[in-house]
This record gives sequence, structure tokens and C-alpha cells, in this order.
Amino acid sequence: MLKNLRRRVSGTTIAMWVIGAILLIVVIVGTVRTLLIGKYTGADWTDLIVYGISQGSIYALIALGYTMVYGILRMINFAHGDIFMAGAFIGYFVASYFDQTGFLEQNLVLSLIFVTLVAAFTAAAMAVVLERIAYRPLRRAPRLVPLITAIGASFFIEYAFLGLFGSGIKGYPEPEALKGRVSIFGVEILKTQLIVIVAAVVMLIALWYFVQRTKMGKAIQAVSEDKDAAALMGINVDRSIMITFLVGGALAGAAGVLYALLFRQVYFFMGFFPGLKAFTAAVLGGIGNIAGAMVGGLFLGIAESLFPNLVLDGLGIPAPYQLKDALAFFLLVLVLIFRPTGILGERLATKKA
Amino acid sequence: MKSASKFSWMTPVTTGLIGGVVALFLSLVGIVEASLGRYVITGILSMGQVFLLAVYAIFAVQAAQKATPEHGEKAPVYRTLACAAIAGLMISIVLALLVVVGEQIDLRGVFIHATPVLYDLLTFGLGVPQGIFVLLGFGLLMGILFGVLVLLPKALRKSIGVGLIAVPVLSVTYSALFAGRGLQLPVAIAVFVISAVAIFLWDRFEKPIRTRSQALPSGQQRTMRLGVWVLAGLFVLALPLLGSYPSEVLVITGIFVLMGLGLNIVVGYAGLLDLGYVAFFAIGAYVMAIFTSPEITWFPIHTSFWVALPFAVLTAMLAGAILGIPVLNMRGDYLAIVTLGFGEIIRLVALSDWLKPLIGGSNGITQIPKPTTFGLAFDNPQKLYYIVVIGCVIAAFIATRLKYSRLGRNWMAIREDEDVAQAMGIDLVRNKLLAFATGAALSGLAGAIFASKLTSIYPHSFNLLVSINVLAVIIVGGLGSIPGVIIGAVALVGLPELLREFAEYRLLVYGAVLVFMMLRRPEGLLPEARRKLELHEMSPDVAE
Amino acid sequence: MAILLSARDVTKRFGGLTAVNKLNVNIEENSIHSIIGPNGAGKTTFFNCVTGFYRHDEGTVLFKGEPLDGMQPDRITREGIARTYQNIRLFQNMTVIENVMVGFQSHLTSGWIGAVFHTRKQREEEKLAVEEARKMLGFVGLAGRGDWMSKNLPYGDQRRLEIGRALATSPDLLLLDEPAAGMNPAETADLMEFIKRLRAELGITILLIEHHMQVVMGISDLVTVMDFGEKIAEGTPREVQNDPHVIEAYLGRGATENGPA
Repeated sequence: MLKNLRRRVSGTTIAMWVIGAILLIVVIVGTVRTLLIGKYTGADWTDLIVYGISQGSIYALIALGYTMVYGILRMINFAHGDIFMAGAFIGYFVASYFDQTGFLEQNLVLSLIFVTLVAAFTAAAMAVVLERIAYRPLRRAPRLVPLITAIGASFFIEYAFLGLFGSGIKGYPEPEALKGRVSIFGVEILKTQLIVIVAAVVMLIALWYFVQRTKMGKAIQAVSEDKDAAALMGINVDRSIMITFLVGGALAGAAGVLYALLFRQVYFFMGFFPGLKAFTAAVLGGIGNIAGAMVGGLFLGIAESLFPNLVLDGLGIPAPYQLKDALAFFLLVLVLIFRPTGILGERLATKKA
Repeated sequence: MKSASKFSWMTPVTTGLIGGVVALFLSLVGIVEASLGRYVITGILSMGQVFLLAVYAIFAVQAAQKATPEHGEKAPVYRTLACAAIAGLMISIVLALLVVVGEQIDLRGVFIHATPVLYDLLTFGLGVPQGIFVLLGFGLLMGILFGVLVLLPKALRKSIGVGLIAVPVLSVTYSALFAGRGLQLPVAIAVFVISAVAIFLWDRFEKPIRTRSQALPSGQQRTMRLGVWVLAGLFVLALPLLGSYPSEVLVITGIFVLMGLGLNIVVGYAGLLDLGYVAFFAIGAYVMAIFTSPEITWFPIHTSFWVALPFAVLTAMLAGAILGIPVLNMRGDYLAIVTLGFGEIIRLVALSDWLKPLIGGSNGITQIPKPTTFGLAFDNPQKLYYIVVIGCVIAAFIATRLKYSRLGRNWMAIREDEDVAQAMGIDLVRNKLLAFATGAALSGLAGAIFASKLTSIYPHSFNLLVSINVLAVIIVGGLGSIPGVIIGAVALVGLPELLREFAEYRLLVYGAVLVFMMLRRPEGLLPEARRKLELHEMSPDVAE
Repeated sequence: MAILLSARDVTKRFGGLTAVNKLNVNIEENSIHSIIGPNGAGKTTFFNCVTGFYRHDEGTVLFKGEPLDGMQPDRITREGIARTYQNIRLFQNMTVIENVMVGFQSHLTSGWIGAVFHTRKQREEEKLAVEEARKMLGFVGLAGRGDWMSKNLPYGDQRRLEIGRALATSPDLLLLDEPAAGMNPAETADLMEFIKRLRAELGITILLIEHHMQVVMGISDLVTVMDFGEKIAEGTPREVQNDPHVIEAYLGRGATENGPA
């Protein structure tokens, strides 16, 4: 860090550090004032943090797809948020079918697992098809070409879903057993939040095992490192990339179901903001870095739920929750400007070195 | 595939199945049903049916062409026809399956457009058993017809093809402009014949005409070119004669041309993918509103459109420079996401209660006056159109001049290879910033005009979709190409504005267009041209 | 003779790898100086340090007596150092003459206003730029090809164009990174003549990375040999050819005959 400073002390650098310092002061002043006013109780803060963790674990699941694809193709899969949306939709159709037949109430655990599996499977299939049709032919194209393709694919999927399934917000069925709160270590927590957190942790561990311990996972790591060298070592590059999309898609699809459990609504544009935020989380954690995506997701989730009340409220900004999304993007911009390597990542954001 | 690949009968089956999936998708997504009321031939053929016919045409032709494998011997006639027929049949089978399943189970709980109206259309109104057979027979017939088309000599094939495309295009344009109900059958036939004959003759005589005109002395050539420009100019100026509603559409198209020209400088020339372009559009619009609307009481100045205009442009330009500084060191794809983030931040902040006392929050700003000059109010679309045209001409002029200058070459060098450009002595930050600010200024200009056209603005108007829309416009036209921007805006903004029933499908089409263009034709419909500098100094001829 | 470029203790590390280690090289004005060494010896890394594309971790590079350390690449180019690349890097979708004009751009001053309003100064500059670029095309033997898309040029011509583009910046020092790579013997002979002409007619100093020993030995005044980031020998082509360190680096321990050829 210090070396960087010495090397490029130019006008813009100084300006950026001044901006950074001002922001830091603003954050500190806001926080201190909020705490001094004491508008919120301890329980409020715990609620916000728990909410942040559950939200953040969903971001983490989506972020993994971004980060793995970026690691292997150096490409932002802009349509990944829509794979997540597709998972939520499929989950919705299956869940409401179970709801009609009464299976959902009778056999909650089994039906939830089944819903998640179907959603994950469909989303994974979509991700693989997307890769095959839209991305594979462009593997050697200039960097912006696949990005523009991905943006196109994102809007295509969104509006195809709008056309196919309608524009209305669909309410997710809510089984009786999932209403209310439970108490864990003295913390009151919504049952759905608990499920989301537990499910996310299970999936994250499974992914960790897959990448680190299985042959296929290692092949993916090798391809991320150097495609040509991996091909020379007899690794099937196309297949590794396909598996990456498959795994990323499955996680996003499952995340879609969890998201719908938490917010109980599904609509065609729902993938956009979570997608962008998950990308933010991936960048926060250092894009290409799997552990980073998990950390980044959690950090973003908590920051997003805590910061509006903690910082903006103290600054006297009315209705600070309205700026929640703006805050997440602001964080993205700041990270990319000041620390493009993310919290744990390698330096990828600037072309050189 | 190096060796002559063998022909397999699976090829037409797969081609047909893909076509079937496309037809199924168009049906279920609702495009077919939405355009049932839009007649191409009055009372006989609707646009929805034309879409399905187009699927038959495209995939039958493809299957027929694939009957001759790559590097293989030319397929016998029967095989070409059979392949086309199989493809047509497969499409019909897929659609028939939909109807059969749909009659048994109500699919509407999932697919909202799987309605009886659709089934009726697919079965020619004959109901399940008979209609299905007719549908299958129809598929075979379409396949064979388009197979025959493939077998025709090239000139004839092209004439018929162009004729077939001309009928729906002209009919829809006519209906949309004059609230018509499609062409009458005899008229449609006349259109088909005339356009087919015209293209046939053009193909025959294009070369001799071109060589003759090139043989003319350069003075006469220049006069001819000037004549073409004057005609084009008159045409553009005469367009508002079409009426109020078409002018409205023209104004919107023009605003997108303006934004497209600006974004073209940023993305097309300098290769910086800016997804937050709408931010500068919003800034231009808000500055215009703040300067002119009587609703804004905190701002000391209340003035007219013309005084506010330069402020709007300058503020947008300044914002471009300020936002540009921190992001321009970033690599291309990160730049895209960060600019997108900036755009959303600006929209969300404008929407929030925080700035509500200043810019109205979600209520926006209303009562923005229309421009007036010497007492002449530009109060209807026909008049506003001319303001937009002037803006576009200025923007196109600036864009052209910049393109063929040192700055333009520097931008293109940066686009081609940033590191090498820097090694050629190009100051990256300075040059990128100039591109960013120029683009932002044009976007601000468009925003200012937009604000006074609508007389009221809301944060909702400035979402990401506008940025994507402009991006699609310049990519379809051809990155870096100025005529391309106009073609792109007409095709992607003007046409959908005219065809209101497709409003819901606009972004679906944009998405598909972006993917398709990147995969198949990344240079766009009207690719960027390079001037010849070595041998014909500064003449506008096209290189390559 | 005066020293044009002087590298003192230049060191560049990538993580744990030291790509260039305390390199000391002096390039004399108006000389042809070659750097040779096995692949991965740090030659191109050294080029990148000189041109500002990498920042060296230690040491200093003096050009005409002034330090270049920490300068941006564009600034260094304006100081008078130009380069070509090992794998040709042209502006592919620009015409041949435009490539050269980009090289010439730092001699022009007109900006946004000039371009939009076609000021007299701008028009004169553009005319000058086109003329100079045409001359340059003639000099590198590409006259008549100016309006081609540069990606459509044959390989040998692309090399020439890259050199022409670098020359258009009017450098005092030209860095050529393996210019003879992929050339047949006839083309190589042409290239050697061409490099000699550069020095004779334009008075340019040339620093050359090359694997092709015929070229190195045929035209160099001085040869620096690198291995594992360090300088292991320096001298005239004849001296270097007989240096035991060099033979060892190229052929491994135990080899005694046949110099690096």
C-alpha cells in the first residue's frame, strides 16, 4: 500500500484520498451521533444484524457464482442474478403446487428440500445452456464483447419471464410452521431467517469441499490458473467451465428459494438488485476468491442493514432505509476505487501487474 | 471440420426442433397473441401469424441449406425439399404438442399466455382433432415451399425474399403511422410484386450505374453527392408533415439519436463501456427543470429554455469529468459496473426523501415550460422535432469532426490497445476524460430537451433501462458508426414506439438483439468506416 | 561517446520471483546494443521497466542524465524512448497510416476545440501529420499500403509498421523486442540492413532483444548477456561469443565448443 502511494502521487491520487478522508469523517460523525441520540435499542440492533446475516448469506450464495465464473473466464456474468430469479420462480411454482395439494403443510422439511433441489437443478441447467449458447463462442473475443452479451442475456431472461409468467408479484406460500420466532442463545430470530442461515452454511461447506477436495474442483482451480496449461495437462477445459456454471447456477437457484422464503414474493425483476449486490460482495471479498465471496456477502448484508440506521440517521437524513441500495452501490464504487483487490483478493481490477 | 462432413437425416430434425422451440417461445411469451390485432393484410393475415410464418421460413430455409453438408457434394433436389419439409413438420409438431397438452391441462396457472385464443390460432380455428392435422399439413407445406425457394436461382430467390419481407414491413409502418388496419389484399400483392421487381432490376443494373457515375468528373460527382445530401435533408425536415403522433415518435427517436451519438463517443470511439450513461441524461433534465420550473422556489434564477440549456449541458459535462476521474483507471468491465452503480446511486438519491425539498423526490418536478423563441412557442411535437434535429445535427457534426482528428485517433488507439496507446505517448486519463465529458455533455443536452418536451420529470424516467436502450442502439447500428446510431435508434426506439402492443417486449428484443449482434455481427449493421488518408486525402470515401 | 541510457542496479520482483536483479547497463549514443539470454532471463521485463510499463522495485534508470523512475509510459515516450513488442501489437482496426499518425500524435497540440472548429492550426497540423506519416510509410517500405486495415497486412509488413509507428514518435532510443522473430533468412537480412539504416539515416540509438544470433552478431556494437535476471557478460559480439559463462548459460555446464548460434 505504501509503495503504491510513493509511486503514483499525482493530482488524482491526492484528490481520491481527500475524498476518502471526508467519507470516513462523515461515517464516524454519523455513527457517533446516532449512538448518542440513542433512538434504537439493543434489540433493534440485534434484529438488524440477524437480518443482515440472513440477507448476507444469500448474497454469498449468489456471489459464489460470480466469483467462480470470473475466476475461470475473467468475465462478469451479468445474467447471474437472473439465474437466481429463475430459481425463485421455479421454486414458487413447485411450492404453490405442494401448497395446493397440502403436501407443504404435511411434510414441510421434505417439500422444502424438494423445492430447493428442483429450483437448483433448473437454474443450473439454465446457466449451462446460457454458457453454451451465449458465452462459449466468445471465449477468445475482446473482453467487452462477452460482457455486453451477458447484459443482453440478462434482459432477455428477465423479460422472457415477464412474458411467460406475467408481471405481477407472486406471493410465496407461507406454511404455518414457519411463522414466528425461535430463541437461540437468547437471541430472538425469525424461523425463516434461521432456515436461510443454516441452509446457506450447509451449501457453503459443500461447495468448499467440492472445490478443495474433489478432482473436478481441483480441475476447475487449475483452469482458473491457466487454461492452456490445464488443457496440456489433459484437463477438459470446456467441461470444467461447464461445471463451474452448473455449480454457480445451482447455488443461485437455491439462493432464489431461500430469498423467496425470507421475503415471500417473486417477480421477474427480482434478480437485478440482489445480482448487483452479490457482484459487489464478490468484489468486496476479492473477485475470483471463493472464501472472499462468502465473507464479502456477509459483510455486505450486515453493512446494508446496519448502515442506513447507524450512519445516515445520525446525519439527519429522513427515511434512511430508502438509501439502502444506493449505499450498497456506493460501497461497490468505493471498493473498486480504493481497494480493487477486495478484502482477501488478488489484484485484478487494474490491468497491469 | 476439415474433411467433407457427411449428411445425416438428424440435422433437419434438430433444426426443426430448435425452430419449434423458438415458435413455442414466441407463442407462450405472448408476442403472437399481442400482435393478433395488427393486420398485415386486412382481415387475412395478422402480425402474430407473420411471426410464426417467419419461424417456419427461417428454419426451413436453414434445414434446406444444411441438406448440402459443408465441403460436401451438392444435395439432390429431393433431399433439399425433404429436409425443409421435415423442419417445417417438426415446428408444427412442437406447436401441436402445446395445443394437445393445453387442451388437457390448463397451463394458464403457469404460462399466462397459453390461452384458448392462442390454441384457436394454431389450429386454424378448427378445434383439436382436425386442427392438429391441418397444422401438421401446413408445416409440411411451408417446409416444401421454402425448400423450393432455396432451389430457385439466386436472383429470383433474392427478389422473392425481399418482396416477402417488404409486405409486412411496409404494411406495419403504414398502419402505425396512419392508424390503418393493414394493407388490402390487392395492395399487398402489388407491394410484393413491385418490391420484388425493383430489387431484381437494381441487382441487374447497380454495377453499370455505379461504374458510370464513378467515371464522371469529380466536380459532377461532388454535385451528385451534394444533391443526395440536400434530398436527405429535405426529407428529414419534411417528416413532421406526417402528423402529430408520428412527430412525437420522431422526437423520442431523435432524443435517443442524440444520446446514442454521445455514448458512441465513449463506447464506440474510446472503448469505455459506460452503463451509467443515464445519469448525465438525468442531470441535464434536472438542471433544466430547476432553472425553468416555477415549482422550484429555493433556486434564485428562473429563466427560459435557451438560457438554461448551456447550463444543463455544462453541468452534465462537469459531472462526467468528476465521475470520470476516479473510475478511468479501472479495467473495462469494472468500469462498466462502477458506472452502472453511479447511475443507480443518482436515481436512488433523487428518489429518496432526503433531497425531496430540493428536487421533489418521487413526485419529480413539474411545470417545466416548453421552449419559446421570439414569441414562437415550440409547444407541439412537430415544432419540438426541429429542436431535436438541430441538436442531432450539431452532435453528429461534433462526433464526425472529433472522429477524424488527433483526439479521435487517440481514442481509437486506446480502444484497440490501452497499453500500446500509452506507449505512443498518449495521456490516458486526459484523453479518456475528454471522451467521457463529451459524451456526458451530449447526454445532458438530450436530457434538457427531454425535460422540456415532457414538461415534468420523475426519477423513474432515469433508470438503467435507458442506458441499456442507448447501448443497444449503438451496438445494433455499429459501434463507432454515426449513421449506425440513426439506424439503430429508428429500429429500436422509433419502431417500438409506433407498435405500442410490443411495449412489453421491447427489452426482451433488446436483450436478444445484444446477444445476437455480439455472436453474429459484432461490427453492427452499418459498420464504422475508415477514411482513406494515404491516397485520397480527406475525401469521405470509405476504406476497405 | 556519451551515454544515452544508463540502468543502475535495476531490480524488479514479482512476488517471490526476481525477474531482474541489480542490472547495470550503459547504452552509448548512436550505438546498436543487444541484450540476449535464454527465455525468462528478464530481458522483456527490463524493457518494461525502462518504458515505465512496470515500476522497478530498486535502482534507477537515467535517460540523457535524467532519472525516468516513476514516470508514466506516455511521459517516457515523450522524453524520447519508443518500443516495439515481441508479439506484434498494432492498432488492428485502424488503417496503416492511422497507426503511424498515432505515433506522431505527441508532436501535435490541437485538441477538442481545434478538432470541432477545424481551426487553421488544426488543419495545418493534420496536413503535416498526414505528410509525415506518408514519408514514414515510404521509409519503412509500406508506401501504397497506407489505407489497408493494419490487421490485413502480411506478417513481415506488420513488423515494419510497428517499427514505423515507433519511429513516428521521433525517439532518440528505439527498443526492439525480437524484431526478427518468425522471419525467414531473406527477411532477416533485410531487417539487419534496415536497422543499420535507422542508425545511419536517423541517428537513432538502438537497444535490441533478439534470439537470432546472426542478427545480434551481425549488427551489434555491444552485447549484454542476461540469465536469471542478472547480467552475466558484456562485450563485443566476438568477446561474448567466447565467454565461458555465456556458453554455459546457453548450453549447460560441460559444453565447451560451439558458441551460442
